[in-house]
Amino acid sequence: MNSLLSPNTQWVLLSTLILGMAAGMIGCLAYWKRQSLMSDALSHAALPGVVVAFALTGSKNLLVMILGAAVSALIGAWMIQWIRSSSRIKEDTAMGMILSVFFGLGIMLLTIVNRTAGGNQSGLDNFIFGQAASMVRKDVVTMLILAVLVMLVVFIGFKEWKLFLFDPDFAKGLGLNSRLMNSLYMGVLVLVIVIGIQAVGVILMAAMLIIPAVSARYWTQSFRMMVILSAIFGGGSGFVGTLVSTMGKGWPTGPFIVVASSVLFTISLVFGAEKGLLTQALLLRSQKKEHMEAANPNPSVLSPRLSERGSNQ
Amino acid sequence: MSVLQVQDLNASYRKNKVLHDVTFEVEQGSLTSIVGPNGAGKSTLLKVMLELHPKLSGDVSFFGSSLSRMKTRVGYVPQRGSVDWDFPTDALDVVMMGLYGQVGWFKRPNKHHKEKAMASLDQMGMADYADRQISQLSGGQQQRVFLARALVQNADLYFMDEPLAGVDAATERAIMTTLNDLKMAGKTVMVVHHDLQTVEDYFDHVLLLNRTVIAHGKTEDVFTKEQVYRAYGGSLRWMKEA
Repeated sequence: MNSLLSPNTQWVLLSTLILGMAAGMIGCLAYWKRQSLMSDALSHAALPGVVVAFALTGSKNLLVMILGAAVSALIGAWMIQWIRSSSRIKEDTAMGMILSVFFGLGIMLLTIVNRTAGGNQSGLDNFIFGQAASMVRKDVVTMLILAVLVMLVVFIGFKEWKLFLFDPDFAKGLGLNSRLMNSLYMGVLVLVIVIGIQAVGVILMAAMLIIPAVSARYWTQSFRMMVILSAIFGGGSGFVGTLVSTMGKGWPTGPFIVVASSVLFTISLVFGAEKGLLTQALLLRSQKKEHMEAANPNPSVLSPRLSERGSNQ
Repeated sequence: MSVLQVQDLNASYRKNKVLHDVTFEVEQGSLTSIVGPNGAGKSTLLKVMLELHPKLSGDVSFFGSSLSRMKTRVGYVPQRGSVDWDFPTDALDVVMMGLYGQVGWFKRPNKHHKEKAMASLDQMGMADYADRQISQLSGGQQQRVFLARALVQNADLYFMDEPLAGVDAATERAIMTTLNDLKMAGKTVMVVHHDLQTVEDYFDHVLLLNRTVIAHGKTEDVFTKEQVYRAYGGSLRWMKEA
């Protein structure tokens, strides 16, 4: 297969693989912080920052754009908190507002920048749906370093994350700095979003955080395993989605990654070892059978009406 | 010797002021129940003392010092409903969390820590459930896991928020045995309690609270019909006849 892919494509595949892994891990944190939708709001909120960073510097330097995206996403996060704490508006409503307002602002700015000279060739449109193939070696290296950094943050503080997510009050009582943990959480969440938006796009970035984590939930009852599986699912769908998208010229990467991860989700939903629909149906069936046999050791005298009633329950 | 001093504590919850000039002292080795009607500020009082909820004014001192200095000597058992029991982990792992302060941040627990956690689970009669998913434990078992997690901290002063709410009789006995053991070991325990019928049997001190301290002291002195009526206002439906 290597011979079929250009060296650049191989780099891009590696980067979406690592990005998917990092997003899968952070997605588990967001899942248990009950903030899956927050990642969607933040990725949309990143768009104006990307455009402004480009307009100010006039160059498509990934690091500068990441910085712009991060600033704009953090402003979005801050505004969500501010709306929530200073008004009667609930968090989900605040997120919905910030998400659409920032995205609208981003598209507006994008249109203006694209009309100016040179803007057309900027490839800024790629930030909406993602175009992994447009990344150059330097972008890939930047992404890889930041994604590995994000994974390290989760890995090093693993038991602290677990405590913080399960019982934040108790964590505080033990002396774990909850403000630090919250900032760190917001930091890695924003980081993984902004490094992902070039490859996946602002609209679909949240899917990389949400879908692998919920898929992993169907397979395990251990937080450690959930994080590992989520990383595997995220990395796998990142890799497969990118691979498929390189088959056609100009095919966007984001949608293919999302479709790949939703296939994994569907498989998990049905076949998942812990909470899968099929697993639960089989379990119920075997329990029913056991119950019926215990209640009536001789199956030949079991009247059809009785067995029918049993299976309806 | 008083292990806890609370002076003129004021706090609000959302728009309402729920604690008004709360002042009391707790002696070492006492087993105190905090009793009062719904909305009296019982849970809020615990949270404000533990700095989990902001105070408006007042002072709280632990062992003559501040909470941040005495953190390892103070243990807290939150309400069972305050966490998501669907979180993917097992009973032993939750108890291990009580040791994270001793293990040290960003370090991994060792075999010794694991043995301690197992011993604590055993003390609560939960040794057989160590590997059980917490979502599959009954309410009483979950409460015992929370108690085990607090015990393993080996604190000197414990705060417990309704540990006896909605638990089965076996768990209630196990918890009360543990609380008495703690008292015998010279530890101090404060428990938010809702069941007026058991106050006299279970606790040697009572803090009657309704936004402010109605009465505080030995159970036989404080837990009288008049005082309890005063704390509950008109909302009291039942009280044990003296």
